[in-house]
Amino acid sequence: MSNAGQDAPLRVVLAKLGLDGHDRGLKVVARILRDAGMEVIYLGLRQTAASIVEAAEQEDADAIGLSMHNAGHLTLAPTMVQALRDADLHTPVIVGGIVPDVDVDELLEAGVAAVLGPGASAAEVAQTVRDAAAVGS
Amino acid sequence: MAANDRTDSSSEAHAAYRAAYEKASLRDVPFETMSGVPVDPVYGEAPYPGQYPYTRGVYPSMYRSRLWTMRMFAGFGTATDTNTRFKEILRNGGTGLSTAFDMPTLMGRDSNSHWALGEVGRAGVAVDTLADMEDLFADIDLSGVSTSMTINGPAAIVMAMYIAVAEKNGVARKDLAGTIQNDIFKEYQAQKEYIYPPRPSVRIVTDMLRFTSAEMPRWHPVSISGYHIREAGSTAAQELAFTLANGFAYVEAAVAAGIDVDEFAGRLSFFFNSHSDFFEEIGKFRAARRIWARWMKERYGATSERSMLCRFHTQTAGVSLTAQQPENNIARVAIQALAGALGGTQSLHTDSFDEALALPSEKAARIALRTQQVVAHETGVANVADPLGGSHYVEWMTDEMERQAEAIFTHLEELGSGSILEGVYMGIENGYFVGEIADAAYRFEREVNDGRRIIVGVNEFTDGNEDDNSELLRIGHEVEELQLKRLAEVKQRRDDEAVARALAEVTAAAASPETNMMPPILDAVGTYATLEEVVMAMESVFGTYVEKAII
Amino acid sequence: MTPPESTPPSGRARRRGSVDELYAEARKGSRLALGRLLTLVERGGDAADSISELAHTDAGQAHIVGITGAPGAGKSTLTGQLVARYVEAGRRPAVLAVDPSSPLTGGAILGDRIRMDDVVVPGEERSVAFIRSMATRGHSGGLALAVPLAARLFDAVGYDPVIIETVGVGQVEVDVVGAADTAVVVATPGMGDAVQANKAGLLEVADIFVVNKADRPGANDVRRDLDLMLDLSHVTGQEDTNYRPPILMSSALEGAGADEVVKAIDDHLAYLGTNDRRLVRRRHRVRTEVRARIEQALSLRIEAEMDSNAGTEAVAKAEAAELSPTAASTLILDRLLGRT
Repeated sequence: MSNAGQDAPLRVVLAKLGLDGHDRGLKVVARILRDAGMEVIYLGLRQTAASIVEAAEQEDADAIGLSMHNAGHLTLAPTMVQALRDADLHTPVIVGGIVPDVDVDELLEAGVAAVLGPGASAAEVAQTVRDAAAVGS
Repeated sequence: MAANDRTDSSSEAHAAYRAAYEKASLRDVPFETMSGVPVDPVYGEAPYPGQYPYTRGVYPSMYRSRLWTMRMFAGFGTATDTNTRFKEILRNGGTGLSTAFDMPTLMGRDSNSHWALGEVGRAGVAVDTLADMEDLFADIDLSGVSTSMTINGPAAIVMAMYIAVAEKNGVARKDLAGTIQNDIFKEYQAQKEYIYPPRPSVRIVTDMLRFTSAEMPRWHPVSISGYHIREAGSTAAQELAFTLANGFAYVEAAVAAGIDVDEFAGRLSFFFNSHSDFFEEIGKFRAARRIWARWMKERYGATSERSMLCRFHTQTAGVSLTAQQPENNIARVAIQALAGALGGTQSLHTDSFDEALALPSEKAARIALRTQQVVAHETGVANVADPLGGSHYVEWMTDEMERQAEAIFTHLEELGSGSILEGVYMGIENGYFVGEIADAAYRFEREVNDGRRIIVGVNEFTDGNEDDNSELLRIGHEVEELQLKRLAEVKQRRDDEAVARALAEVTAAAASPETNMMPPILDAVGTYATLEEVVMAMESVFGTYVEKAII
Repeated sequence: MTPPESTPPSGRARRRGSVDELYAEARKGSRLALGRLLTLVERGGDAADSISELAHTDAGQAHIVGITGAPGAGKSTLTGQLVARYVEAGRRPAVLAVDPSSPLTGGAILGDRIRMDDVVVPGEERSVAFIRSMATRGHSGGLALAVPLAARLFDAVGYDPVIIETVGVGQVEVDVVGAADTAVVVATPGMGDAVQANKAGLLEVADIFVVNKADRPGANDVRRDLDLMLDLSHVTGQEDTNYRPPILMSSALEGAGADEVVKAIDDHLAYLGTNDRRLVRRRHRVRTEVRARIEQALSLRIEAEMDSNAGTEAVAKAEAAELSPTAASTLILDRLLGRT
């Protein structure tokens, strides 16, 4: 049998980390990525770093998308990245939601692969995920 | 009032309107245009403002008697910080206090919960125990203020804390005035700040309706909120329909619990979003009043006029604010605020232009308030009630909003085999609400993406997007540390046995559907049981709610 | 159909070992390794074939349970409750949750993943369960290979039971569930589910029926309909005329009835243990998989043959009505079977 599988879709875990319940953006992103031919493992609300690590591991995710709207991103996103590294996972983490420009550098320094601001187009969202998945893992 | 050929001044309805208007006290300002032309309090045809079905407004004189309340929602940091802010508002002549809570408090978690990491005191004030509530309202005479508290899942506990603070200071609960949001249905549909499954949650709401009906005549126990439904991406008609359906569902739940409709319906209030499509919003507000009045009277048999009035608070659409060229948001907010005023709102919160980026800075919050002051004092819209009534387009839009809403009510009735309450439960369980909202949100995003819908600064007119926006409000970690210390101190000096006994009573009441939850919760908060402890005491009976992801 | 832009960049290199190394690690309990192996299984091809060879020797212990039903029937909630009970009982369950890909874009939203904190023994840090979501990826042929192989892999590295959850709409999904040791069909009131189950061929493969949302009006009607159809049907319970599938009532949301479902699954396994029934079932499963593999291989060859010069030419002639479709296909088939 020929070696299939070169065109396998990217697998992306999407989650809300913490208590914040704003999921409009994350749901829109889920559809954007599906429409870009990706497989989205949508974990939804109230996830912890530990639950996201487990999902990323079991689902062998190519990327993780986190949505944050409550100003907790400077605490939560680095915690997430560290939890992944502790589990020997190098899955790239993309943060979206309300992240002021001034915080972007700090997040990138903490190991976040990319930050998607509000108003990013569908093409930008999909391309950011593709780029992160290509560099990461 | 000068007769004019645009008003049917000979009719009985007009005479009745006239009589009602004459009775109202008016603000001491000239009711004339900027150029000095005197204007009537209303134009056009009956039914007039203050007349069933209230399409044109809930009061005859509307803003001639009283401008809408300019209620600005604020709060962050520790309870003491917010208390300072409150006192400042009161010193400046304000009488309304509006409280925002931080995310852990909204979710019924204490500041030391692992869930609270990074969130303590960030988007509002942290309340763990009665001690925080005492700090929040220290040296404020609660008999002389009206307090609005935006909280839902743990609303009963926070309201109990407020009562406890008042009574400690010698203010009786019957003298307390205010509003607690306490609208749990929209949490499952949109905002997602729920704790327990829907049915036990609604039982708590009906307990609060019964308790406030009997003991707190000046208190608004539920503010039925479409705001968050719209923010989650719904259309205007969905916002209207889901919100009113939730209202009907509370009415059905309370009536089923044996409370007379006129005992509580007059204290229900509403909270809507004002978005950028000007005429659609105005049509939505007008339709809301008409639908509510008709359903309350005809379907639920309300006889008191107050039960039929859809009185509402409005907030401009946070979701419409762009991070690109944020100053443009000032224009958006102004237009949305104007729609709220023309739609006849009772109070208004205007968003700060920088809210797409962070919590509002002081300057941005001031501009937001100034924006609605400009609308109120400079545009002349406050002179005439329902000034757009009679416009072919606005009347059509009002009818269209109503038609769409009625179609949704019909669907919910079918889902619930004739009951809106059961239909709402079913719609939550089978994902109808979240599915409809997600579809609408995605449709809108696609249109923006495809360029079929222009958002200034986002997909068109993007010159200037590079501007620096680094002047943002930041909140440090000190708040979290202070709050944790405070919580540990309170736990140190309270009587743990009394706490345990009181919590056991809460659990026992939860397990007994006939018992009102409020008295045992009041006892529990009085022992300085924490918010999360009381939440957990009920959770052991009620269980938790986990949403099935519907995309 | 997969649009070109979904092709991952060629530089998507992860730190991964050889299949042998990964398999050895997975056998020692590494979830990371198991997760990667499952990705290879899903992609098919040489790596998947190697995994098949490795897992073949070590598998054969696990109880394979299929769960299917219409969308919205509450399968994943029920599965979650079963997993929680298996974990509590000290077992190591694995779940393979299969959901359809979008036929338009090839993408998928897999939104039913069981929350791990719902299936953990209180006091323990993490759950022993392993949950994997799988999209159908358009061509069902791939699914027919990937699902049994993934189940075998779970089995080989020590998971038991292995639960395969699918939406019971397509033939392949029904076959996949039907090939399990125990097939559970979930129905709900108000969706004409009994009739639908009959049409989809689920009646023939079901070993256990669960009527979910039993607190809803109409639940008893579904039960009665199913009963009636079982009365009328002579081929039930996997062609075993002595077996009549039990019909259980549950309310997945409240967790009611889940214990009964667990017991019925255990009882069915015990029943299979009598008279070599389990062996029969496994033979059937192997046969189904062997056939699927041949079909898959053949269909690849068909594509290749049709794309070859001679194939393209034959198709073009048929399109121009110079050849009949029959003649064109015979021409290609002859080449395929080496008859020319």
